[in-house]
Amino acid sequence: MGILLLCLMFVDAAVCRRIDRKLVRQRRETVSVLALTDLCLFTEAPYTRHPSMADWHTPFQDHPRSFEHFPSGSLMAVPPHLRLRATR
Amino acid sequence: MVYAFVLFLLASVLFAADALKHEAAELLQDSPEMIVQRLVAGRQEQIPTTYIASIKQIRGVQSVEPRLWGYYFDSYSGANYTLMVSTALMDHSGEIIIGPGVSRRSAAEGPVQVLGKKSIIPFKTSDGSVLPLQVRGLLPSATELVTADLILMSEADFRKIFALADNRATDLILKVRNTKELATIATKITERHPDTRPILREDILRTYAAIFDWRGGVVLMVLSGALLAFIILAWDKATGLSAEEKREIGILKAVGWETSDILLMKFWEGAVLSLTSFFIGVVIAYLHLFVGSAMLFEPVLKGWSVLHANFRLTPYITVYQLATLFFLTVLPYTVITIIPSWRSATIDPDSVMRV
Repeated sequence: MGILLLCLMFVDAAVCRRIDRKLVRQRRETVSVLALTDLCLFTEAPYTRHPSMADWHTPFQDHPRSFEHFPSGSLMAVPPHLRLRATR
Repeated sequence: MVYAFVLFLLASVLFAADALKHEAAELLQDSPEMIVQRLVAGRQEQIPTTYIASIKQIRGVQSVEPRLWGYYFDSYSGANYTLMVSTALMDHSGEIIIGPGVSRRSAAEGPVQVLGKKSIIPFKTSDGSVLPLQVRGLLPSATELVTADLILMSEADFRKIFALADNRATDLILKVRNTKELATIATKITERHPDTRPILREDILRTYAAIFDWRGGVVLMVLSGALLAFIILAWDKATGLSAEEKREIGILKAVGWETSDILLMKFWEGAVLSLTSFFIGVVIAYLHLFVGSAMLFEPVLKGWSVLHANFRLTPYITVYQLATLFFLTVLPYTVITIIPSWRSATIDPDSVMRV
């Protein structure tokens, strides 16, 4: 029964992916035409709205040693380009 | 029940992180090949359009286009919008195209209103005056994951709102003839303009692969919490059996069961319990995320943002995810349940029954 449920889960995922193909194509076209760089997941702060564009002052939004205060900031790990810079 | 809930949490986090990562990798492969930002005192500043000519001279660069975009705080709704210049609106000053999230613009405490064509959104310009812009169209709701907070406008209106000089852009986007030369071109750009930071498409993809990695951020936090709960659960099981369970083992031994038979029975008992919780947890996590649109996680995902994208994630599940969950939970739990049974089964049945 459990294995059957898992199999159904995989079948459902495959069917959904097939159905969503058109939707994905539409989203990709939008990204390409508008030259977008990020997903619109969190709109509360610039560095969570556009993490790939975030500058090196992101961890110190208000002053040096300030703590992260936007909830979505703790939902994601530090983008690699900021971490690499910090280790240099 | 507790075990199934722990598994539900673990599976939800793993599925959500991987689905987001997969979605980002698929959509952002059509993002610009290279973006050139200008940094002043560590912060992004507007880039002079005079840089375009010198960057175009670099061998291998096919085109350089200025990009104009910025953030706008709407005091009426309390939401942050991303304003962007679109070439489609070049000759349509005074008009805008809005994203699906913006179309739900409502007063901070008021009921949800839906904006349509011909609706007016007033923008406060940097000199304090108000610039009313009329909605010309709406971006398709299917694209909400990338366009929810987007407002597309003409260059003239954008420059008016932010009082941006004509020779400035937010950043530059580059197309190159051969993508293998991207790194070399990026190095040449930073040599010519040391105040710039080139961001490659590869960096954008790497960012999304890293920020939703299950070994970092809140994903790791939830995973460690759930794993800790699981360890406590398993530890409780491993530290001993109840008097009733011990008596049961004693009776089974007294009626002639071998220690190996008891261990086999306990193993299957643990395995059935473990597998049932595994199946329940995983299936509920799948239904919650991909059918119920992660409604339990919604307050966490929304954070402080007023505007949030309403989208359904495309399911992305793999055997690897299930195997990770299985080997992290089912296997250790099943093994742990045998230890106390083995301890009781090796003691004299008479003394066990007297407990």
